[in-house]
Order: sequence, then C-alpha cells, then structure tokens
Amino acid sequence: MTAYLLRRLLYAVPILIGVNLLTFALFFLVNTPDDMARLHLGVKRVTPEAVVKWKAERGYDKPLLVNAGAAGLAKVSDTIFFEKSLAMFAFEFGASDDGRDIAEAIRTRMWPSLAIALPTFVIGLLVNITVALILLFFRRTYVEWTGVVALVAMMSVSGLFYIIGGQFLFAKVWQLAPISGYQDGINAARFVWLPILIGVVGGIGAGARWYRTLFLEEAGKDYVRTARAKGLTETRVLFRHILKNGMVPILTGAVAVFPLLFMGSLIMESFFGIPGLGSYTIDAINAQDFAIVRAMVFLGAVLYIAGLILTDVSYTLVDPRVRLQ
Amino acid sequence: MRPVFLYPLLFLLSACSGPVNNPYPAAERGQQILYSAFSERPKHLDPARSYASNETVFLGQVYEPPLQYHYLKRPYELIPLTALAVPKPLYFDAAGKALAPDTPAAGIAESVYEIHLRPGIRYQPHAALAASRELTADDYVYQIKRLAHPALHSPIYGLMADYIVGLRDLGSELDMAAKRQKGWLDLRRFPLAGAVAVDRYTYRIRIKGKYPQFVYWLAMPFFAPVPWEIDAWYGRPGMAENNQTLDVWPVGTGPYMMTVHQPNRQIRLVRNPNFRGEPYPADGEPGDRAAGLLADAGKTMPFIDQAVYSMESETIPYWNKFLQGWYDASGISSDSFDQAVRTGTGGETELTPEMLEKGIALKTSVAATSFYTGFNMLDPVVGGLDEKHRKLRQALAIALDVEEYIAIFANGRGIPAQGPLPPGLFGYRDGKAGINPVVYDWVDGKPKRKAVAEAKRLLAEAGWPGGRDAVTGKPLVLNFDTAARGPDDKARLDWLRKQFKKLDIELVIRGTDYNRFQDKMREGTEQIFEWGWNADYPDPENFLFLLYGPNRKVGSGGENVANYVNPEFDRLFVQMKDMANGPGRQEVIDRMVTMLRADSPWLFGFHPKDYVLHHAWLQNVKPNLMANNGLKYRRIDPVARETARAAWNRPHWAGPLLAVLVLILVLVPAWRAYRRSQEATVFNEGRAR
Repeated sequence: MTAYLLRRLLYAVPILIGVNLLTFALFFLVNTPDDMARLHLGVKRVTPEAVVKWKAERGYDKPLLVNAGAAGLAKVSDTIFFEKSLAMFAFEFGASDDGRDIAEAIRTRMWPSLAIALPTFVIGLLVNITVALILLFFRRTYVEWTGVVALVAMMSVSGLFYIIGGQFLFAKVWQLAPISGYQDGINAARFVWLPILIGVVGGIGAGARWYRTLFLEEAGKDYVRTARAKGLTETRVLFRHILKNGMVPILTGAVAVFPLLFMGSLIMESFFGIPGLGSYTIDAINAQDFAIVRAMVFLGAVLYIAGLILTDVSYTLVDPRVRLQ
Repeated sequence: MRPVFLYPLLFLLSACSGPVNNPYPAAERGQQILYSAFSERPKHLDPARSYASNETVFLGQVYEPPLQYHYLKRPYELIPLTALAVPKPLYFDAAGKALAPDTPAAGIAESVYEIHLRPGIRYQPHAALAASRELTADDYVYQIKRLAHPALHSPIYGLMADYIVGLRDLGSELDMAAKRQKGWLDLRRFPLAGAVAVDRYTYRIRIKGKYPQFVYWLAMPFFAPVPWEIDAWYGRPGMAENNQTLDVWPVGTGPYMMTVHQPNRQIRLVRNPNFRGEPYPADGEPGDRAAGLLADAGKTMPFIDQAVYSMESETIPYWNKFLQGWYDASGISSDSFDQAVRTGTGGETELTPEMLEKGIALKTSVAATSFYTGFNMLDPVVGGLDEKHRKLRQALAIALDVEEYIAIFANGRGIPAQGPLPPGLFGYRDGKAGINPVVYDWVDGKPKRKAVAEAKRLLAEAGWPGGRDAVTGKPLVLNFDTAARGPDDKARLDWLRKQFKKLDIELVIRGTDYNRFQDKMREGTEQIFEWGWNADYPDPENFLFLLYGPNRKVGSGGENVANYVNPEFDRLFVQMKDMANGPGRQEVIDRMVTMLRADSPWLFGFHPKDYVLHHAWLQNVKPNLMANNGLKYRRIDPVARETARAAWNRPHWAGPLLAVLVLILVLVPAWRAYRRSQEATVFNEGRAR
C-alpha cells in the first residue's frame, strides 16, 4: 500500500502543475496585468506611470509564460508563471496583490468555515441515513410514498431558497437566531446553528434519496432474505445487515469530500455574514487578485487529490476484499 | 471548536440573557456603541493611498488633516481642525516678491500656505510613539513627502507633483533611493522645498502658480499627519508579512483609534484616550435648532465610546437587522424601498407607517455626484463640434427621458441634471435660470422636457430625418458601450433602446467585461457610454475639469472621458479655476455651462438623492457629503435602544413547536401501523379476519 500511495502522490505533481497552468491561462485570458494594476490602484486619477510601477513591484511586468529575451533556463524561469507558481509547491502562498498574507487569511478564515461545514456534514450524514432508513422501514406504506415525493420536491428547490426562507422564518419571523454575524469560541454556537440547520435540511432531498437507493439495493440481496427467513426483526435486519453493508459506498463517498469541507460555502457564508473561506476566492476574482485565486485553486486541487487518496485507503479499511497495489 | 451536542445547551443559556437573536456580545449591552456595517473590505487605510469612500469612513475618524468641513452649515464651509485658522495663500512673483491677494493668476509664480497648528494635540497610544507624543508640523511635512514615495502609489501624486514645489523631483529621488536601499526609507533625510516645518507648530506649503482649490485638499486624509516613528515602526523587517502596515492599522490624533481590523468580519473603532476633545458646533443652518441638531452645542465631543462595523455582504440581512434594532442607521436598497418609503399625496417622500411606528427617521440629501451619458467626441458619427453633430446629440438629449429613468430605476431618488454641477456647489443655479434650455422649457413653475417632435426636428436638421441618412437612406445605428451586461441590467438596457427608438434610431448594446470597457475608454473606441463623478471637494472646478480639453482620456489619460475639446471652454476654465467665488466667477461658469448644453458632449443624467434611515436613539444625524469625520458628532441613547431591542426581538416559539408537533403527528400513525404489522401473526390475522 505504501508504494501505491507514493505513486499516487507522485501523480499529483503533474496534476497540480496542470491545474496551476489552467488557472493561470484562464485568469490572464480575462485580465491583463494592466487591468490588475488599475483595479488595485483605484478608478480616480490613475496615471500610466503608476500602473507601470505597480506591475514592476509585483513582478507582473515580466512575460507570462516564455521570456523570449532571456537566455537558457531563464526563458522559462524569468516569467510570471514560473515565479508565481514555484513557491506554491512548498505551500508558500505569499501575499495577496494588496499586500496581505494569504496563509494568515486562510488560517483565520478556515475555522468559521469548518464551524458550519463540519457539523452540517456530520449531522447531514446522520439525518440522511436516518431518513433513508425510515423510508425503508416503512416500505410500501404512505410514509414511503409521501416521503419520496417530499424528497423529490426538496431536491428540486434551489439552495438559495432554503437560505433566504430559513433566514426569514427562523431569524426574522420567529427571531430565534441572529440574522447574520459571527463570534469566536463558545459564542459561535448562536450564529452557526441556523446555517447548519438550513444546510442539513437543504441536503436531505438529494442525500436521503441517494442513500435510500443504496439501501434498497442491499435490501434486495440474498443475505437480507436469509436474515428475514431466520426470523430476525425488521429493525435488526435494517441496522445489523442492510446499514452495515450500505455504509461502504456512503463512507467512501464521505471521505472524498471531507478535506474539501474547510473551503466553506460561498452563499451560506455570504448571507449569514460568516467570515469563512467561502467568499475569499470569489472576492479575489472580483478584485482580480491573482495571488489569492491561484492559492485557493491550488489548495482546492491538493485537497481534492487528498480526498481521492483517502477514499482509496478507506476502501481497504471497510472492504477487506480491496487491496491497493 | 465545542462539541456539537453542546449547541442546544449553549443556545438555551444565551436565551436566558436577552434576545436570542442578539448578534453582539452580552457585555456590550447598554454601552455607548454605534453599530454599523461595511459591505466591502477597505483596500487601503494608508492616508497616502486611500481614495475610496468606504475607506474614508474609517480614516476620517482616526486621522486629522489640518482642516475639516463644518458639520451643519451649507453651503459647505471649511473650518480649522488641527490648524488654528484656515490658511490664506500668500502670492509671490518669479523674483520672490510678495503680491497683492487680487493679483491676476498669470502674474503669480508661487502661492504659499502657512499652517499654524493648535499646540497640545496628542496621538493615540501606540508602541512606536512615546507616551502622549504631541502632534508637530514635521508630521504633516513627513506625510506630504510620503505622497511621493514610489512604493505607496499615492493616487494624487501625479496631480500634486504638478503643484507642490519639488514634489516631482522628490519622487524621482525616492525612486532611486528605493532601488539602492531595501527596507524603510527615512524621508526626513530627503528635503522637500515645497513643504517645510517652520517651527514646532507651523509648516509651509509652496504651490506653483495659483491653485485656490488646494485648500480643499487640506481637509482630506492625504494631508493628515504621519509621524516618522510610525513609518519606521511599520517599515521594520517582517511587519508587512504579518499584516502590520500603515495600510492596515491607521494611527492618528483623531477621536477614535482602530483596535480591531478583521476585514472579513469586523472593524472596531474605540475612543482615543489622548483625544483633546472638541466642542460640538454652536451654529448651523436655519432649521437645525428646531431639528434638535444644536441641542449639544458647545458640549465636548466625541459622545460615543466605540463604533463597531460588521461585514454584511448582502443587503437583506443588513436591512432586517436594522429593523430589529441591531444597526443604528441604514440606507435603503431597492428591495426594501417600498417597505420603507412611500410617496405622499402631494408627491413628497414620507416614511411608511411601519417605519413611523418604530420611530425611524428619514434624512435625504442630494449627493455631490453627477451621472451622465457621454458621447465620445472623437467618434465620427456622434462626436464633433459642428452644427450637425451638435444637433444629433441635442436630439438624443431630449429623447432620453431622465425623469422616467429616475422613477423606474432609482425609485425616484434623484433630480434630473440641468448641467454638470450638482446642487450645493457654487455655480449651480436653481429654478428657471438653471434649466437646460436645449432640453427643457419652463412651464407652470417647473422644467418640462421638450416634446419628441422637437428632437425629431433636430435630428432631421442633423441630417438624419426619420432616423435615416438624408443622402443614402441608411438607418442610423448607434452603439452603447457598457460593462453592465448581467441579467439585472437587461431591463435598463431595454429601456435605453426604447428611448433611442423614439427617434427611430437603432441602439446596439456592446456589452463587454469591465477591463475591456476600460480599454475602450482609454483607446477612444467607444461611442456612447455611461459615467459618473463624485466630488472630491465642493468647488465647480472639480466638475468642470471633467470637460477640460488637456484632461481628455485619449492621449493624456485624464478624466475627460468624453474627450471634449472646445478651445473657448478651455480658456474659460483656466480663467474660472483661479477665481474667487463671486458674481464674476458665476458669470464665467454660466457661460461654460451654456456652452456645454449647446455642445452636449454629455446627456446630463441626474444627481442621486441619498436616503438614510436612522433609529430615534441615534441623534445629531445630518448628512454631510463632504465631511468624512461624522462619527464624533453622533450621540446614542443606549437605554432607549435596549428597550426597543427587547420589545422588537421577543422570540416566537409557537412556530417551531408546531412544526415538531406536525412531524410527530405524521410519524405516530406510521409507527403504530408498523408495530401492528410486527405483532401480527397468522393466528392473529386469521382471527382478525
């Protein structure tokens, strides 16, 4: 397994270079260094000299990918792409284009994001499994039919509706939670319970339906029929047999998204004034701050790769038949 | 992070200590704290760099330039802040001989402003400063030098280098020095002939020629003091890497100091313990006393201990929190306009009963801003100063119904512009004398837009009868260049097309992203566009320079985005900008405005009206569009606020309990049915049958 993991880690290097190159190309296809300079320098009384100076100070006065004027290795290394990308592999994100430390921003912002994303994920997982099991439990009763209809309806509704509706109902009409805001430590609880509730409820439609499908597949298998034939109660069949086997794809799927949790949720954080990472990238794109954009995309790619590797590992843990070679 | 199972417990505990939806720490209850919000993080807080209104909200409370605007008086009036008096310039000829104040500008080689500071002004506590460090003239001189620092990119360096003696040379010198020496540059080593400290409390600024508007700049943070110790402190190695810069942490002598700066969450200003105190104004406009704005006359400011600004990206949460009493004041977004304001029977704006019931007050003011639709005067179809092109633009000026635009897209918040100058500035004329006769007639005591038939007549005279070329018969197709191309802009752009269609002119919307739009403007490839300008200072020069030929965008990168060049207008501008306010200046301005109306390089749009709502517990609120240091004048009644908050934020538990009950009612029969099926046996089932 060690050899397998090493190989996967080595595969990650070209993937990350590719992601970096793609981000770079997409960003500079829309924005030129001159555009970036003008946006940072403001809209009033910006002189061409100031634009030139701004670019020179931040290394944006160099060629993008190939420096035709340089000799040897400098043709590649004396470029914006090389200079801005190399340090990323050492996780040195540097400063944003307005001079603030990106690593510090990530460190500060990841906790509020996690305070919402982690409970939403864990509670959501439990609730979705519970709902799926209830529907299975009440199979071929009105509960199942109405439940499935409700789930389809819930998954058809936009996520924004849950946020605005939930905020309206719980925070504005019932006045049970602050409409927006955030405080550190223990006080965070007052601010995060509503976004968590909305996140969980908003995810039930799609999540519970998916899990129900997995459980239904298991329920039709021979070992379940055998369990019933030997006289086990329905609850024992569900919890001891179907749930256990149905959890394999659920857990491995959960592990894949787990590392991405701390990237936060853009809309949720924006509406609830949560100072997380969700809005960091979007704000950076709007501000044409390439330093932040590339750092966040790079980080997202690293976490995604980490999630996939963890998935592979988790397969070996939950399914003894799987071996990584 | 705490375990999840504690959340409900914490929630209940917090519920016992006041409204459960209180977004602030319980310890802040009943304190003299103003609560406000910001929607975009401030980019720059360095007084040499900051030029955005969302930044001066903070800078204005921390930094103290030598002058400020009177809080209550209108028209806007400059008064001393740290200075003892508003400086009067002394004029000198090329030989250094003193000249009389009324000397024509052409004969003046240099203007000298000598600023005398009030002794005993102290900086806020800071590790870099000795205890109770006193403000000195050197600190102002140091900051003027910072405007030329190459790493700071001060937006006004280019402008000031044209005026302050030696500033451009200092810029070149600092540029070279910064290349030689990495790290902090001690600007005390670099003399600047145009700014020198005469003694501990006096400094002198030398200006090339005559520049009467310079005095307004002395009321902006660009000319606030920065002590060299602070510059050195933040220039130390490792400080910038840890976000410890003057661009993040302002340090000043003002009534407040910044103690929390979390750009993604909260900015907190706390009363500066070293602040000397300043008396609340004792006079204002007629009506200010009746409005209660002079109740605190002579009392020592500031009144509020802290100001907490929270990040609110979305308007809906901001508005709802304002209604719940968690914010003290709010603007009105278009989403909530109808909920807040309605038009009275006489056409006047008034608050809705819901707002009145809460004791909310409305303050309106016309902004010192002009929005306009511009023509690129270099364009062969719409540009040019000949009679035909002029008439084409005049026809369009009549057809574009600004009144309708304001009603539909600005909720009626604006007044149609009759020229480039907004109300409140010297040179602006009200009433019949102030209307644009090209577009309006004076009917029944108010301006009335001319009929479309008049526009069609002008269009025909321009060589486009019925919107077609008089010679070739080809239809007239015009292009509108814009960066606004989202779904929210569609209605507005459709409306614009409709306006041109009145004259049978096809309007093509050339939507593009912001960067390409800016490129078009710089290169002069646009045809028709929308633009606007916020006043830097209340002088007509600050608007009329937007049409001054040498300031054109194409070629010189100036702010004259229409690229309008009219030699006569330029001549009058040069004459007007150096004149003192008075009948002579008014006459020149009138001639310039008349010229602009005839040439129509802009279709004058509107001057927006700012609507501000505030709760009854927030006092001394009067919109001042020039002053950026308004926090010190505000007063809060925390008892009234707490009472209102408690009354407005009672939790309603019935709703959620009902929802839980419904869920139980749905599940109970199912559970019972399941139990029955589990307990059923063949024997039981048979017996049941």
